[in-house]
Amino acid sequence: MDFFNTHLLSLILFLPTIAALIMLFLPSGETKLMRWFAFGASLIPFVLTLVLWNNFDLNATGFQFEEKYTWYEAINASFHLGVDGISLTMVLLTTFLTPLAILASFSVTDRVKPYMMLFLFLETGMLGVFMALDLLIFFVFWEIGLVPMYFLINQWGSANRDYASLKFMIYTMGGSLGLLLAVQMLGVLFGTYDLMTLYQQWNSLSADTALMGMTVGTVKTIAFWAFAIAFAVKVPLWPFHTWLPDAHTEAPTAGSMILAGVLLKLGAYGFIRLVLPLYPVEAKIFAGALAVLAVGAIVFGAFGSLGQTDFKRLVAYSSVNHMGFVVLGIAAAGLAAGTADAHIAMNGAVLQMFNHGLSAAGMFFLVGVIYERTHTRNLNDFGGLFPLVPVYGGILIFTSMASLGLPGLNGFVSEFMVVRGAYPVLKIYTAISMLGLLFTGAYILKGIMKVLHGPLNEHWAHGEHKLTEINTREILVMVPLMALILVIGIWPAWILEVINKAVVALF
Amino acid sequence: MNFPILSVITFLPFVAGVIILMMPATRKNETRAVALTAAVIDLLLSAWVYIQYLQGHMTGYQFLEQHNWLPQLGISLFFGVDGMSAPLVLLTGIVMFTGVLISWGNDDPHVMAGIQDRPREFFAFLFLLAGGVFGVFVSLDLFMLFFFYEIAVFPMYLLIAIWGWVKTREYAAMKLTLYLFIGSVVSLVGALAMYWTNYQNTGILSFNMLELEKAGFSAAFQNIWFLPVFLGFAVLGGIWPFHNWSPDGHVAAPTAVSMFHAGVLMKLGAFAALRVGVMLLPEGAKTWAPLIMGFAGVAVVYGAYIAFVQTDLKYMIGFSSVSHMGLVMLGISTLNATGLTGAGVQMFSHGVMTALFFAVTGMIYDRAHTRMIPELGGISKVMPFATIGFIIGGLVSMGMPGFSGFVAEFPIFMGVWQEQWLVAVIGSISIIITAAYIMMNIRKVFFSPMPENLQGHISDVTVLDKIAIVTLCLFMITIGLFPGVMVPMVSTGVENIMRLLGGA
Amino acid sequence: MAVFWFAVTTEHFGEHPLIQSVDWLPTGDTWLKIGVLVDPLTAAVLFFVAWTVLMIFIYSIGYHNYGQPAGDHDHKGLPPHGATVEEHGHKHVVPSIEPMYSRFFAFIGLFAFGMFTLVVSDNLLTLFVGWEIMGLCSYLLIGFWYGKPSARNAAIKAFMTTRIGDVFMLIGIAFLYSVTGTLSFREIFTEEILHTLASVPTGLFGLSAAGLIAVLLFIGTVGKSAQWPLHVWLPDAMEGPTPVSAMIHAATMVSAGVYAVIRMFPLLTAGWAEGAPLTPAMSFVAFIGAFTALFAATIAVAQNDIKRVLAYSTISQLGFMIAALGIGAYIAAVFHLITHAFFKALLFLGSGSVIHGMEHGVLHTGNHAVDPQDMFNMGGLRKKMPITFWTFLIGGFALSGFPLVTAGFWSKDEILADAFVNGHIVVFATLAIAAFMTAFYTMRQITLTFLGEPRTKEAEHAQETPFTMTVPLMILSVFAIGYGWVGIPEHFPLIGGLVPNWFHEFVGGTLAEHPPVLEFNIVPLLTSLVVALGGLGLGWYVYRNVNSPAEDRLQIPVLKNKWYFDEVYEVVFIKPALWFSEVFVSQWMDKGFIDGILHLFGPATGGVGSAIRNYFDIPFINRFLGDGTADATWWVGKNLRPIQTGRIQQYLVLSLIVLFLVGGLLYYFLLA
Repeated sequence: MDFFNTHLLSLILFLPTIAALIMLFLPSGETKLMRWFAFGASLIPFVLTLVLWNNFDLNATGFQFEEKYTWYEAINASFHLGVDGISLTMVLLTTFLTPLAILASFSVTDRVKPYMMLFLFLETGMLGVFMALDLLIFFVFWEIGLVPMYFLINQWGSANRDYASLKFMIYTMGGSLGLLLAVQMLGVLFGTYDLMTLYQQWNSLSADTALMGMTVGTVKTIAFWAFAIAFAVKVPLWPFHTWLPDAHTEAPTAGSMILAGVLLKLGAYGFIRLVLPLYPVEAKIFAGALAVLAVGAIVFGAFGSLGQTDFKRLVAYSSVNHMGFVVLGIAAAGLAAGTADAHIAMNGAVLQMFNHGLSAAGMFFLVGVIYERTHTRNLNDFGGLFPLVPVYGGILIFTSMASLGLPGLNGFVSEFMVVRGAYPVLKIYTAISMLGLLFTGAYILKGIMKVLHGPLNEHWAHGEHKLTEINTREILVMVPLMALILVIGIWPAWILEVINKAVVALF
Repeated sequence: MNFPILSVITFLPFVAGVIILMMPATRKNETRAVALTAAVIDLLLSAWVYIQYLQGHMTGYQFLEQHNWLPQLGISLFFGVDGMSAPLVLLTGIVMFTGVLISWGNDDPHVMAGIQDRPREFFAFLFLLAGGVFGVFVSLDLFMLFFFYEIAVFPMYLLIAIWGWVKTREYAAMKLTLYLFIGSVVSLVGALAMYWTNYQNTGILSFNMLELEKAGFSAAFQNIWFLPVFLGFAVLGGIWPFHNWSPDGHVAAPTAVSMFHAGVLMKLGAFAALRVGVMLLPEGAKTWAPLIMGFAGVAVVYGAYIAFVQTDLKYMIGFSSVSHMGLVMLGISTLNATGLTGAGVQMFSHGVMTALFFAVTGMIYDRAHTRMIPELGGISKVMPFATIGFIIGGLVSMGMPGFSGFVAEFPIFMGVWQEQWLVAVIGSISIIITAAYIMMNIRKVFFSPMPENLQGHISDVTVLDKIAIVTLCLFMITIGLFPGVMVPMVSTGVENIMRLLGGA
Repeated sequence: MAVFWFAVTTEHFGEHPLIQSVDWLPTGDTWLKIGVLVDPLTAAVLFFVAWTVLMIFIYSIGYHNYGQPAGDHDHKGLPPHGATVEEHGHKHVVPSIEPMYSRFFAFIGLFAFGMFTLVVSDNLLTLFVGWEIMGLCSYLLIGFWYGKPSARNAAIKAFMTTRIGDVFMLIGIAFLYSVTGTLSFREIFTEEILHTLASVPTGLFGLSAAGLIAVLLFIGTVGKSAQWPLHVWLPDAMEGPTPVSAMIHAATMVSAGVYAVIRMFPLLTAGWAEGAPLTPAMSFVAFIGAFTALFAATIAVAQNDIKRVLAYSTISQLGFMIAALGIGAYIAAVFHLITHAFFKALLFLGSGSVIHGMEHGVLHTGNHAVDPQDMFNMGGLRKKMPITFWTFLIGGFALSGFPLVTAGFWSKDEILADAFVNGHIVVFATLAIAAFMTAFYTMRQITLTFLGEPRTKEAEHAQETPFTMTVPLMILSVFAIGYGWVGIPEHFPLIGGLVPNWFHEFVGGTLAEHPPVLEFNIVPLLTSLVVALGGLGLGWYVYRNVNSPAEDRLQIPVLKNKWYFDEVYEVVFIKPALWFSEVFVSQWMDKGFIDGILHLFGPATGGVGSAIRNYFDIPFINRFLGDGTADATWWVGKNLRPIQTGRIQQYLVLSLIVLFLVGGLLYYFLLA
């Protein structure tokens, strides 16, 4: 039991990988076995996360469940794990979404074994980023996560997958180059990669000492942007967002669920865990610039979404739009660090990450459901499907409303907090972002109208094309999502308290 | 004087080679069996040495053994390994083993896998080569080092010229040989100069490197002789701008030879350059380091760019090797602990990786009879195992964390940061380019729809091939996940070098 | 009801309202609390909401033909088309039950929930929550018959238009929250906070912080309560089933808008004293209200759809309330809000009943070409549907403020009086004209619908609706008359003071200090008498024997087409937005510009690569370095080929030669 408690994090982190390795030796033919095994295997980390959540001490400051092992002593990088309220929330999100994603991909029939294995590897990769307390480990998992995703898109994606997957991979890696270099520089400067140490050493560096022939100020500015761009590509912020619609559109359903649900969060998490603590000063200085990009993401994301005729692209752009709010909150928090505004904005941002994880995953799954039946994503091919699939329609409307930010559902709470936190410090930006909020409504309604309402497209009404209702398994995927969406919408305190404690401690 | 394990490792291949030569040419399978046995024994022995060194937390030179050879001239058979050479010995063992496996060959007319033509001679020369390589890595005697060096280099000519790719084998073989001989002669002159000067100073005739280290050559002398010695060897390491023999050589060479060539031989150059150039002439090294770093830096980006546009798989890998060996040189040129450690690991990592690359490429070529990327496709369907192998190799070569490539490249770049951050920034471009061409080629070769002319002609890899692939992948992943199994050892070797650099 | 009873029986309820609240959001070190607050205002509003909602529910049962057979070919998402039944021998068509009967009640229930949440909440956040829930329900219910394209568009129009308002409201809330640090009414409406807010200038149109916030919140109301210029959605909302229209127009949605402003009244009037000149914020509100009142009335005059007339009358009446608030007539506004709720609910349900009766006629004749909502297809229905007629008459008179008896008179009169006495003559005049037109078009409606002779066979075969529909009508008409009496001013001639002005006392208690009682003035009284009676009379006189749109001299295009607002918005806002998103953002910016740049990288890398290879690597490195290695290579290669016979001995010899060469070199050095 003691071992269990002291190694909880590494257990959660590596169980998926171990499961994947076991799968390697299962007979490939047994599709059913593969599916259920993968599903079961992904449930264990979730259960463990609940234990983690339960044992998490709200009032203790700093990181908990820390584990530290020597890993690469030559450059003094250690395998250092730990969670605080923010990462805990993200870990929960990841372990919560992965089983659903796997359940959602039961409809995959092509090469089930490698598919499921990649998914489990992916989970480890994502969890690692959220748990890492060592800059190098962070980077390791950050990059590793790309590989499974690349192959998921490239192997199980739809028509244009080659372009999309390569764009996704190269763009993200290219974005991370600056990060890599900056990480190396920090390592060289301080001879350690331990975040805690870096936080205070890096900040205690007096601004005018010369560094590589430049003042520390200049170096920090460059490094700040190196970090920021790496994460901005991942989030993605306008104008680095164009890989996202392609990747999402081509990815298999469950792939998009995870991509939107968790992978995008890695970027935002990077901002929170690394950029703000490492560069408080620069974050203050460049908050405006970040806010501009965020607002760009919000507004253009909304417009872009409104302009799509592809259902999945529409949802994909909505992610750009929603993640924009996260970064807006982060920018505000960076600008107003230490004030209540900052706390509220940051709370909003983190909660928004969680909420968007739920609603986006749900939306993508629903798109997948209809796609599997109709084999088209073109909004103009649908229409009037509500009478044919009332249940599906209801679920779709519910989820859309969550993503639209309807009060009483989760999206509203976080967006309100972000707006509230950002308003006093970034008045104009917030006001403009409201425009985005308005068009959020527009594109969501467009989606619903094109799919559910509108003149019934007889093609789906009868004959061999007759649209079948959403099945039990698919409903089972949606139920937990919808439940959480509603619960957080009505009673956010339980999760916000965890976040809030960490936020107050950090900023 | 306990069991002379290093000598055994070194001379076993020669013995095996002779035995094989004496066997009747018709008994192909027996020859192969003998070859395999020898290879396995060598692998196990080198592994044992490695583990001993690691487990014993040893430092400095170990497993020393010294036999007089030509005492009048102070030449002795002086063997020993340190943290730098032990991994390379292991590497050689691995490449030798896998090389034998994949050139096993069979008598199936459709699949011309491995070596069909005169395996007897082939294995004999291969082992001659292997023995030479082992010799270089373990020699602590400058003369012996050269001796084995030549033994290692020479068979390349024959192996390529006889079993190579018909179109370019004479050209490539001759080019390679010229480059390497010129290179080695140049450095030999430098070596003799050291030998002689040392004799002048101390009146002792000795090729013993441990003593030459202490010779304390004058700075002027070092500055004059470092460059010829270093570059002479570095040619074999494929240093820019003397890299050009290497891609041509790869393309022409038969699979197993390419594996040796890129996997081990190039390390030979880098290693010798380090051991003779840097360790014996540290002052010169300090003087010329910026130039070397410049060359290496160029090589890294240059190789990546050219590899990006290659349409021949082997050329692609060849130039990527130029780029990666550039990283090794980069690491050496930093002359600081971090960089050198990285260089040491990179030598091993790149060795295994590129061996794997060439192995898989060979398997594909044997079946598809083309290496042109545009003419290939859909290999993953028929050769899943090879596909996985190639992908892992690709991830290593793009420095993906979790694989040995990252463990090696990261400290190299860190080392460069400490000396000249600009080079690090420029060099990092190669990472992304590498990622691009690796990903694109993997996609084209393995996952794009298979052209009609190939359909039905391609069979899956043999069990032996699979064993080879697994062995290679295993090492890359293990090191990637647990740097602890190699880095500390390399570090001890590096400490020794740093001592010389600091001391001189 | 219980709440209401408790409220009226508590002395000085205003000072000790019902409050309960709980922690909801952790915000840094503090918590954002949410909770309920029941003060006199809430109680009064709850009273009418509860009643009207109840009536509407009962009514809906009948309206959706509960207990009738399922339709022959009814589709979900389309109004029922009636069902054929065999009755002793001969077939005949009867109304069929709504296919999505249960769903309707689910939505409408949620709707009511939203309204109650909004009314009882003690802070702006939950108020906003209820506010948006109603937005959703209106969307769902207006688009209830989503089979009809018109319904679909109306639904989206309603949601988007109101959302424009909501967005501003949200900014207002955020602003308020960030300056005061709380959203709870009780905490905001304290002297010092209001004072500070009022004294902080924002530099925007000379508005104080309080003013700006109030205006922002008010824009939300403009959307919800369909004030000009965001009024366009309300008439289209008629596409929903009639109970929904009643729900939206009377009980919940639009009232919610007004309620919000009433709630925020202290904020709106912060820094303003009774009788003093209006603050910028107030004059803005007053202008919007008065203008809307008149503007909507002009449109109503020219409508032929029985429900659209009522729709525009709603907009206009809401204008009255807003204007009242704008000039600080708090009580009057609340009063009118409540009375209006009653009689407007009555009118809508009545019109619904009429339409239902007409549909019955349509089913009978089977001629579906006849629009059962066009007043020119009706006429003489008073004989066919007496209950509906009388109740509708009451409602109509109340709407047009028929003196003394109807509730509408008292509330409207109070607004006019307030405007006049406090010297806002412009507002007074505008509202007076509006009131006159109101009376006019109401009478026009009644005349066309019920009086005269049936103009179509359908009208002849129309028949009275079931009791589930008529009973609510009767109950509501009681309120439409009676509720006016709770608010008769003391100083009113003759009957003044017979009934104590309880309403003023009660609701007035909500505010910090009771608003003073107006002293009586004859002018507004006369005005309201004149306009009401005059309007009604004129309406009857003009339309008593008009039988077709052709004879209607008021079918002025500009009025009929609602001053072309929809068309203008289409061109000015919607089209550009779509173009911007579909062409500019999606095509040009993302696919064209950004991706264009990205796609440069691939070729660029390739270009550099092949350039290096072809112009440097091959020519330079290959040829020159190593003394033209390549040529040498070729040369040697040529001469060596003869010996490449593949005989091993030769190779061994060759290798030995090389070794000796090395050795010799060595030896030479030693002897040197």
